[in-house]
Amino acid sequence: MSAVTTPVTRSPEAGTAPAESAWSRWANAHRKWLFAAPAMAFVAVLIIFPVAWTGYLSLTDAEGSVRAESEFIGFQNYLDVLSDTDRFWPAVWRTALFTFVVLLVEVVLGMAIALLLWRPFRGERWVRVAILLPLVATPVAVGMMWRLIFDPNIGMANQVLSWVGIGPQPWLSGQNSALPTTMFIDIWQWTPMVVLILLAGLTSLSDEPQEAALIDGASIWQRFRHVTLPLLMPTVIVAILLRGIDALKTFDILYATKGRGGGSFHEVETLNVYAYGLSFDYNDYGVSSTVLIIFFLIIIGVMWALTYRKKGLER
Amino acid sequence: MKPSRPFKVFRAVALVLVVFSLIAPLLWMVAASFKTNVDIYDTGKALVFTPTLDNYDTVLQQANYVQFIGNSLWVALAATVFSLILGVPAAYSMSRFNMKKSALVVLMARVIPGVSLLVPWYYVFSNLQMVGGYTVLILSHMFVSLPLIVYIMMGYFDGLPGELEEAALVDGLTHIGAFRRITLPLSVPGVATAGILSFIFSWNNFMFALVLSGADTKTLPVAIFDFVGYASIDWGGLMAAATVVTVPIMLIALFVQKYIVSGLTAGATKG
Repeated sequence: MSAVTTPVTRSPEAGTAPAESAWSRWANAHRKWLFAAPAMAFVAVLIIFPVAWTGYLSLTDAEGSVRAESEFIGFQNYLDVLSDTDRFWPAVWRTALFTFVVLLVEVVLGMAIALLLWRPFRGERWVRVAILLPLVATPVAVGMMWRLIFDPNIGMANQVLSWVGIGPQPWLSGQNSALPTTMFIDIWQWTPMVVLILLAGLTSLSDEPQEAALIDGASIWQRFRHVTLPLLMPTVIVAILLRGIDALKTFDILYATKGRGGGSFHEVETLNVYAYGLSFDYNDYGVSSTVLIIFFLIIIGVMWALTYRKKGLER
Repeated sequence: MKPSRPFKVFRAVALVLVVFSLIAPLLWMVAASFKTNVDIYDTGKALVFTPTLDNYDTVLQQANYVQFIGNSLWVALAATVFSLILGVPAAYSMSRFNMKKSALVVLMARVIPGVSLLVPWYYVFSNLQMVGGYTVLILSHMFVSLPLIVYIMMGYFDGLPGELEEAALVDGLTHIGAFRRITLPLSVPGVATAGILSFIFSWNNFMFALVLSGADTKTLPVAIFDFVGYASIDWGGLMAAATVVTVPIMLIALFVQKYIVSGLTAGATKG
């Protein structure tokens, strides 16, 4: 429906109508912006200036203190960062790998669990409670919890492995196992989110196409592949979008389990962790701003690509 | 459609596994919070141990945690209330007038990595002598809550029929009056959903408080790190601290499950 913009004519008898002051007339006429502007202004002020300033800093050699004098050095930082195969490119690679793996596992696993939960069953309430708990748990506390479980000496994880005759693993402290272990923690915490979203999508589907396929003699897999999945695709894309943005920006779990700098060998150092370390541990503001601008462009690019793909699917 | 019998058995087994893997780690954390550090190191006492409240004593009496709990509550509540005041009317306007581009401005806050804002914020707020104060924490947490609230409420208002407002206009209410007396009371469930979710996300937020809080204004997620030393970790204290942070929010979640689920899945089914 369209908004009512024509003034309402009142009969003189409608004496109970509140007297309109000039202010309330003005407010009513401009309510569209009166309502929206404060929130927009708040966000814009907290975004536009910082992003512009980060862009400017990335062109300077700012370091040491945020108040220190800095010199304009053009695109030197960008050349340095983009040719840095020591920290920058590995961080880009790790960010991409982390995002890709957790997204893939969370969507596949989330889809499987959502399909299990789709039809009513006894004890549904309990499963729903279990699914909600990791989602609302504080990520830093979740990181700490897994840090104890994955501790190489006292952790439960190695204890369980020893029962089935597998030797102790270094988990978070291993140079090659740390990143997969943090991925596991992310998957533990956020798969339930994908489950909830997909379940909402499944519940809103109508039963008729399913029944028609059943009558045509389609197997379970065929029904999923050719009926459920295509109908659910828009919801899947929403889940990928929402989880993807957050997975790219993962910070809490990495910081809680490996600390600043992503461990002594930077083994879990993603772009977010790298930029945080550059800013607040090394106070290398020029370089960190450069990394952030590049990171920012990557996120915008990915977002654009995903929404573009989503529009393509809806057609 | 009725599920077949073998499927039911398979489903039961699979779901028990899912529930176990989601709940067990949390129970493990709570169990460790009742153990002495000696018992935590003793794998023989994994399940059978003498519970002790010493860790909670450390956390609540010595580590100044009562104040940090207060900080978290105050920051999360204030950020939620102010974000609702700004966000609900904005979402209403954006939904009714189909202001997609304006909504995008607010939702950008959801997409931008928080670190990229922290250096400039830190610069400005330290020049204003506000770093370490509550105001800057509340403002930064509002940055998390506001887009969330706008997103949820826009979906909610989209689903409210405009006819009721039109009827109110005919009855002599102004546009703003109709919003205040008709639409707002009708959207109480939506506001509850948005408010609860905003509180949870603000309570759990870590990065902003890590940089912008001071020794006395620390929120709980930052205060947890007091138990992590460079050389050793007080595991018992750490798990008690982690329990103190997570358990209250989980209890809230259990009571208002319906709202949280509807908030987290807002917009999911529209595609």
